[in-house]
Amino acid sequence: MNQFFTVDVLTVTIASGIALATPFLLAALGETIGQRSGVINLGVDGIMLLAAFATYYTALKTGNLLLAVLAGAATGTVMGVVTALVSVTLKAEQGISGIGVYLFGLGFSALLFQKLVGTPLPIATLPPVGIPLLEGIPVIGGMFFRQSLLVYLAFLLVPVVSFVLNRTTYGLKIRAVGENPAAADSLGVSVARIRWSTLIIGSTFSGLAGASLLMYGGIFQVNLTQAEGFIAVALVYFGAWRPVGVMGGALLYGLVGVVILTWKSLGIIPLNASDLAATAPAVITVLALLFLARRFRQPAALGRPYEREG
Amino acid sequence: MSDREADRLMGVTVADRRADLGRFLLSWFAIPSALVVALLLGAVMMLVLGANPVTGYVALLNGAFGGSYALSSTAIQAVPLLLVGVGICIAFRANVFNIGGEGQIAMGGLAGAATALALPDLPSFVLIPLVLLAGAGGGAIWGAIPGIFKAKYNVNEILSTIMLNLVAVQVMNFLLAGPMVDQSPDSVGGLIPETKLLSPNSQLPILVPGTQLHLGVPIAVLVAVCVYVLLWRTSFGFQIRSVGLSRSASAYAGMPVKRTITMAMTLSGAMCGIAGAILVFGSISHRMVTDGSLTGFTGSAGFNGIVVALFGGLNPLWTIFSAFFFGGLIVGGSALQVATGVPSDLVTALSGIVVVLVVSLEYLRRRARARTITLAGPRAARPPRPPHTNAPSTADARGDE
Repeated sequence: MNQFFTVDVLTVTIASGIALATPFLLAALGETIGQRSGVINLGVDGIMLLAAFATYYTALKTGNLLLAVLAGAATGTVMGVVTALVSVTLKAEQGISGIGVYLFGLGFSALLFQKLVGTPLPIATLPPVGIPLLEGIPVIGGMFFRQSLLVYLAFLLVPVVSFVLNRTTYGLKIRAVGENPAAADSLGVSVARIRWSTLIIGSTFSGLAGASLLMYGGIFQVNLTQAEGFIAVALVYFGAWRPVGVMGGALLYGLVGVVILTWKSLGIIPLNASDLAATAPAVITVLALLFLARRFRQPAALGRPYEREG
Repeated sequence: MSDREADRLMGVTVADRRADLGRFLLSWFAIPSALVVALLLGAVMMLVLGANPVTGYVALLNGAFGGSYALSSTAIQAVPLLLVGVGICIAFRANVFNIGGEGQIAMGGLAGAATALALPDLPSFVLIPLVLLAGAGGGAIWGAIPGIFKAKYNVNEILSTIMLNLVAVQVMNFLLAGPMVDQSPDSVGGLIPETKLLSPNSQLPILVPGTQLHLGVPIAVLVAVCVYVLLWRTSFGFQIRSVGLSRSASAYAGMPVKRTITMAMTLSGAMCGIAGAILVFGSISHRMVTDGSLTGFTGSAGFNGIVVALFGGLNPLWTIFSAFFFGGLIVGGSALQVATGVPSDLVTALSGIVVVLVVSLEYLRRRARARTITLAGPRAARPPRPPHTNAPSTADARGDE
């Protein structure tokens, strides 16, 4: 245990924990926006897979990392249009259509990867960028202020999303549509338009999440996400539909994941017990769902397509 | 109570019946047309990837249904899909969404394997039923947890089942690489997460020599028929469907809504658990094996079972055909890959498209139904009862949580 509590190990652990939390955070923030408007998007994992592949393939072919990240985000946007069409316009049962999108993303990304790439080659990842002055702070600087731009973007989006949801007219409309779409409709708010917009924004975030996941490892593989998109959906509940709470959940997941890896490599926990330890975040999430379900109320219209009466 | 009796009690007239024709047609063509569209999209994908779709689909059909060996492989592949599918039918009919098939399969497999490891000397006519029951028990426990959470604490079952999938897979990886690992001298030193060779008394007997067709196939079909009878010919099944259509109305009628939800999830888990046990005891290697990935043991049957159930219109009898069909797609996918070089993941992508289309068409179907009800006059404004072959319009019933 002693070799874990050294400045070097802790710095690396926390720094990579934050990087690992980034895909969770981006996807969960996007999902938060959609759920506040009353739509559950369970296809996040599939969207992340497609976006991760788009990012990987673009980076492989062009070597332009900015273009690669944009390709990931754009994939998310396109899938957002599909999701909105199915969930909002065609009023499909959201829990199930999301599973369909997931299966499509899982199969299609694997298909393209094996057909177009075949042998996985690593790509250059986004370089860490130090923030002037802050980077120089001992210990803290190495933990927080030497990350890639996507990491900063993700954490910057937390206050932005919070502000938009709570302090702007658009945010008010989103919440109104999520709580009482009939009332919002009667006041002239287009329920469909708001939900289309939140789903497209949210899925674009999922696309960025896929890009950041790829940038974490620098290589694509079949089922790269390993259900991270589903965890991101759970984190929205975990964070009680508040961006800051969601950030807490994402950090918990990222840090626990890295700590287990570090402990495994330092021999603090035996190799085969690490599988058991890896259940910790999921168990914590289930228990959190159990306690939070009674304390926080979900958006009242969550999961229910809106249809005008009469 | 049969449909006709129910209609008589509710005063449904011949005119209503005729008005039903429209929705009947739409309901019958919605699911096949979803398939046709998906297959067309698959053809486009093959074309874009430089393969000949005709060659591809011919190879797929041949690989899946051409000859007795292909048919038996398809039937074997269909067994876990069918069992998970009927489990999904039970849960979805009660309007609870069991996405936890993957975890319940893993737990069923573990419970079955542990039983066979503990009692290897029992004669096979005792041991086989015992390991299947153990599998059902393991799956049932893993289904009951989210069921109780849902019924008692209103925890979203989609999320809890997904989380429990992750927990189950890690527990399985731990057990198969640790306490249950193969420690026999000729093993590969515990490098592969797998049990030792299980007792021959627990192996499901091969029914047709020269093929892989084992006892699991008739068992799965029998289970599906039993679930059909349970859902449509017993009062408990009526209760499940009633709770699925409207929780508040069912509670008003004096039904134990919470207990029904818990029971539906438990039964659903039990079906997935049997699937897990059959995956172990019908396997050629006759061990429980995984590869450390999320789908290493299950082969995604927990998710594909959802596709199968939806494609079967949430009716256990149609699910038999649906499972056979999708089993064929999976088996034929490998043949397609050999013939055209298009990876078999195409099948996964296509099944995703089928799900999205089926649930999307459900809305159009519901809208057509609303129109026929208006045409038939006010009398027909009875509570909508979806025909057996269709997914319940769950969105209607969500309002009373």
